[in-house]
Parts: sequence; structure tokens; C-alpha cells
Amino acid sequence: MSLRGEYLGMPVLIDDLDKDNQTFYRYCGQNELRAQECLDCRLKRLPPTSACPFCASERMEWRPVDGRGTVYSYGEVHHAIQGAFRPHLPYHLLLVELDEQKDIPNPHDGLRLQGNLAELDGSLATKETVKKVGIGTRVKVTFKQMGDEIAMPLWVIDQEAEQPTTPWRYPIE
Amino acid sequence: MVQEINSSTEKYLRGKYSIVGVGETGYTRGSGVTTRVLGTRAVRAAVEDAGLTMSDVDGMLSYSFNDSTPSPTIAGDLGMRLNFHMDVYGGGSSIEALVGIAIGVIEAGMCKTVVIYRAMNGFSQVRIGGTGRGGQSSLSGDGLFTRGIGLMSAGQMFCHTFMRHMYDYGTTPEQVASVKSIHSEHASNNPKAFYKKRVSVDDVLASRMIVKPLHLLDCCVETDNGTAIVVTSTDRAKDCKHVPAVIQAVVGRCMKPRSDMHYQSGPISTVAGHYAKDLLWPNAGVGPEDIDVTGSYDAFTFTTMLQLEDYGFCKKGEGGDYVSSGIIRLGGERPNNTSGGHLCEGYTHGINMVIENVRQLRHDVDDYCPRDANGVVQHSYDYSEGGCRQVKDVELTANLGWGTPGMGSAMVMARGT
Repeated sequence: MSLRGEYLGMPVLIDDLDKDNQTFYRYCGQNELRAQECLDCRLKRLPPTSACPFCASERMEWRPVDGRGTVYSYGEVHHAIQGAFRPHLPYHLLLVELDEQKDIPNPHDGLRLQGNLAELDGSLATKETVKKVGIGTRVKVTFKQMGDEIAMPLWVIDQEAEQPTTPWRYPIE
Repeated sequence: MVQEINSSTEKYLRGKYSIVGVGETGYTRGSGVTTRVLGTRAVRAAVEDAGLTMSDVDGMLSYSFNDSTPSPTIAGDLGMRLNFHMDVYGGGSSIEALVGIAIGVIEAGMCKTVVIYRAMNGFSQVRIGGTGRGGQSSLSGDGLFTRGIGLMSAGQMFCHTFMRHMYDYGTTPEQVASVKSIHSEHASNNPKAFYKKRVSVDDVLASRMIVKPLHLLDCCVETDNGTAIVVTSTDRAKDCKHVPAVIQAVVGRCMKPRSDMHYQSGPISTVAGHYAKDLLWPNAGVGPEDIDVTGSYDAFTFTTMLQLEDYGFCKKGEGGDYVSSGIIRLGGERPNNTSGGHLCEGYTHGINMVIENVRQLRHDVDDYCPRDANGVVQHSYDYSEGGCRQVKDVELTANLGWGTPGMGSAMVMARGT
């Protein structure tokens, strides 16, 4: 069965053949971030892939991932290409490096996931919140429902974590 | 999986093939014609520039994002019977790769001479910047990771590499903006350039923000154009009209590990040139220090800098210093994109930077200098506005093509005899 939903006014349709993405977004729908873990080399990968990028094996299982990490890089969008994002300008494209599997299997490798910065309720971050976040900001995952079964993973500032005094931001505000 | 680069290209092909013809339609916003017309005009111009007839050319290659007209149509319009043709999907980093493919098919005896073209209404039809595209169809599984998070345009896709380079190495907005400023100086001496007006670093930083760290003027100019080059053996080049640009080495769409645009692997402030350089320089038999003119792809100001750095024109992390030092300016030690490149002349997915270097190697750049009675340009080497853009005594050029941070192509050419 194809999975249908809706996000920011955009229709969502995950094809019934696309089992990997169906599984990923179904777990998100249960407020859970899971990644494929290779049964042969035991490394995780994100987003879903059809085989293990480290050993090419197709044997895998879906394992929970601790959804906490650090902003590794970002882009702050001021000119939206898509109409759905225009009301939310400026919005953050965050590249988040999870605490898990950092520098594995090689230095500077990591389990990274791109996503938008959000408020606690899962709506896209306000202008004020956007300005607080840069490289080094500690974030954790949250989810916004896209229908009955699936949800979009987003990042919120981790209120419980120790934050850098000033996260690194592009020098021109 | 550990993958070692096997630099096994037979080095005897070095010097065996040449670019003998180049052609352009001009760079506009509103061509008023189809890509079929643009492609036809560019191919005819390149074949005529080579001093060949349509029946001398029996191979054709093109590249596009399904936004062009395919080879059989263009060849048919020009009455060409082809022994080989192929239309390839892709944009930036295609042209150097296609030159390599052209060499391969000629070497295999499949044809003798290949014309390669790109025809696009990049402003008036399909805009690569993404404006007017998408938003209608549903978000699919993979699409949720891109369009679902407002990630569609090239600038949005590449921003993580650009920003992280600033963070890792202290690269400043001013240093990067100097790429646009310098390329605009070059464009002011190029009658074909879409933007001929010179702009300052301050102008770049004052232009509106698109996606940090990219201001509007950090981004290239979408245009309508047809462009083409002719590749044949250096032996056959002797019968052609101009001094050939002799191909020393090519690298085609070389990749970083896991270059799937999700930034899982390696330092993300390093680009594919880091890997491509280990093929390019040994196969060409020269190093960056030998190169007179570079054509480092400027889809964005950052892409020029990142590639020059990772191909070894400066130390890792010092790209900001390199591009703002004056080295890449006309009159500097090693000018880059003397036509004004994608930032000013017009966006073509790389081929116009190859055309420019072919002309530099001929010592026949089409600037504002006068021609004598025999049609030979009398270069003044005065690079002030509205003047010359020929670099003196060019012998070796390097083109560095960008596809994504994780994918790049390159080519070294030498002035023939």
C-alpha cells in the first residue's frame, strides 16, 4: 500500500515499492528515529539506502537512534524556491551530526541528517529562533505528523544540553 | 569499502586529440527560439570555425537535464549522417567527461570527429535555479529528504559545503565575493557577456541574500544559449583552420565517497577535486604551477575557490586568500574564467569555459581589440574596462568542472602547432 499524507500543504505519496522510505517515515510517525543497521558490519546509515555503503550487504535491521546531535553545517534560506516554504522565511537547512557513530568508520565521517529547524510544536522555527542557531548548536529530533501514519523529522534546540556560548554563524546577519 | 584510485589511463593518449572548433549563439535572457535552433546554430558555428564541412563530422554528443533537443534532430537539420551519437543526462561537470568519451569512441574506431553541444533556454524555459519548478507533484520517499525540507536549488544543496569551509578555515565573505568582482572585470572586456558591468566586493555583499552564505551576486546568471566544440585527432587537426587546443588529460565526473548529497563522508569542506587531481596532473604530465589560465567552474563564487584549492593551486584551506590575492585577475599570475564565466558571461554548465580556454590557447580571444586587414586580433594586453582579455603567451590551460561538492571533471589543454 502506498502511504499518503500532507505536509505544509504539499501532498505526500510514498510508493508501495519504496519499502525503505515507508519504514523510515512510519517510525517517524511513531515519534521514533530509526536507521538501517547492517547485519554484517553493524554500521548504521542515514537516510535509507538499498545496501550498506560500507560493505555492500543488503542484510539490515531498523535500529533506534538517539536523536541528539550537533549542527555540523547549515544554510539559511532567504529566497524560497517552493511556495510552501515562502511563509516560513527565513528557514534553516540544518545538517545535523548525531552523537552516535561520530568519526566512524573514518575521521570526519558521521551519521548525519538534514532537516529544518523547528519550534517545540513541530512548526518551522520563527525568525528569532533561526538567529540563535549555528554550527555547534546542540539539537534534538522532533516530529510533525504528515497524516495518520507518517511524520517529518525536524530539529529543535536541545534545552537540556549544554550549549556553546556562541554557536558559529555566518558573519553577516 | 576502501577504494583506491587506479590512475591507469594510458598516457600515450596525451596530446593525441585536440579541440579544433568552437561555436556559440550568444548569451541572452529571451532567445526567442527553440533549443533545436540554438543547438543547430552552435554546431554549425563550431564546425565552420574548425574549417570543416558538415560531412567531415560523423560523431555527436550532447548533455542536458532533459531540457534540450537531441542529436538526431540537430544532425538531421544540418544534413549530417552520423556514425556515432549519444545524448547524456547531466549538467555541470559533463563537458570534460564528454571530451574523454569522444576521445574513447574515436580511438575505438567508432567515428573520426565528434561535435559536442549544449543547447538550453536556461532562462526562458527550464531555469536550473529552480524558479517556477516543482511544488505540484507529490513528495515521494526520497523527495521528502529534499523538497520536503525546502531543499531544491543548487545553492540550497551545496550550502553545507560552502558554510563549513568558512567554519573550518576562516574563509571570509569578502574573500569569496572577490571571485565575482574579478570575473566581472573580465566580462567587461567580453562583448558576448550577459553582465558586462563591473561590480565590487561591496556590491556582492550588499546584494540580497538567497541562501546563506550566498548573496544574489554569488550565484551565476541563468541564460539562453547554444554552445559547441569539435574534437578530433591532433593529426587531423593539421587540416583545420586554427591552432589546435591539444588535450593533455581529462577526468570525468570523478566522485568523493558517498557523494549522494547527504554529506555523510569525510570533511565536507573538501570537494571531488581532491580525488580528481591525482588523475589529472599525472596524466597531463604537468602540475598546477605550470598552468597559465584556469577555468574553474563558477556556478557560485564558492565553487571556483573550492576547486582551485583542492586541485592544488594553493594549500588546503587557503582558497580564500588565493582568489582574493589578485592571482586570478587578468594581469595576475594565473587568471581564472577570463570570459567572465557563469557569473557574468552566462550559464552553460561548463562548456563556455572550455571554449574560452581554446581561444586563449589560440591567442585569439574575441575581446574589444581591433583586427588587422587579415582578421588577426591585435591584442593590447591592456585589461582596463572595454579592452583586452587575451593572456600573453598562453601555453597551458586547466578546466575544473563542478557537478556537486562530491562530483567533478577536469581537463588540461596545451597550445598546439
